[in-house]
Amino acid sequence: MSEPWEEDELVEGPVKKFLYVNRKAPYGTIYALESLEVVLIAAAFDQDVSLLFVDDGVYQLKKGQDTSGIGMKNFSPTYRALEGYDVEKLFVCEDSLQARGLSLDDLIVDVEVMKSDQISKLMDEQDVILSF
Amino acid sequence: MAMIHTINKSPFQIHSLDSCLKYSSSGGAILFIEDGVYAAMNNTAIADKVVKAMESYKIYALEPDVKARGLDTAKVLDGIQLWIIAGTWIWSPNMTTYSPGYNLS
Repeated sequence: MSEPWEEDELVEGPVKKFLYVNRKAPYGTIYALESLEVVLIAAAFDQDVSLLFVDDGVYQLKKGQDTSGIGMKNFSPTYRALEGYDVEKLFVCEDSLQARGLSLDDLIVDVEVMKSDQISKLMDEQDVILSF
Repeated sequence: MAMIHTINKSPFQIHSLDSCLKYSSSGGAILFIEDGVYAAMNNTAIADKVVKAMESYKIYALEPDVKARGLDTAKVLDGIQLWIIAGTWIWSPNMTTYSPGYNLS
């Protein structure tokens, strides 16, 4: 027997394509952490979620973060847990990586690298884009 | 008086490093902290600018901020010295010119 909140008309709302654009480095501002929170909310509502990392946002995915010296929580392991919430579409801007001397080996998760024209196309496909 | 300037914003998004280099007198020191430490890394699009700045300034970066961001201390630009925090002091292993702690006055 299903509970009232599990009934279809309540659970099956419209599924929209959400793109979260992450543009800032992880610890200097709160944007990166807040973005992650909102991503998890959208995932909890079974939306079609993609994450895009551009500009300083690519630093969020840098391997080997150790925040023990600055008294802040290291939230980078959360990016690895996104898979468990069915958030599997992660994209990274190639130019942004290159400008910062980073390669795919520097990142803690598997991502798809995109050029700017591919990013334009990705954005065109979305219902909602949230920029952090 | 020798002055030490602190930069706490990413050089890729905010122009505070450029402003600092433009207005500060040479012979001073620059300390990268918080997101400013991204400027200390080699192989980036702004590394040449920082290397050139080292001709006129002593440049330092705060090690806990470098490590927090997952940046490899071995990839810090040659000539940039890492500082650590000891208690409430910022401390340099080879401190000579500047008094412990930093100030903007």
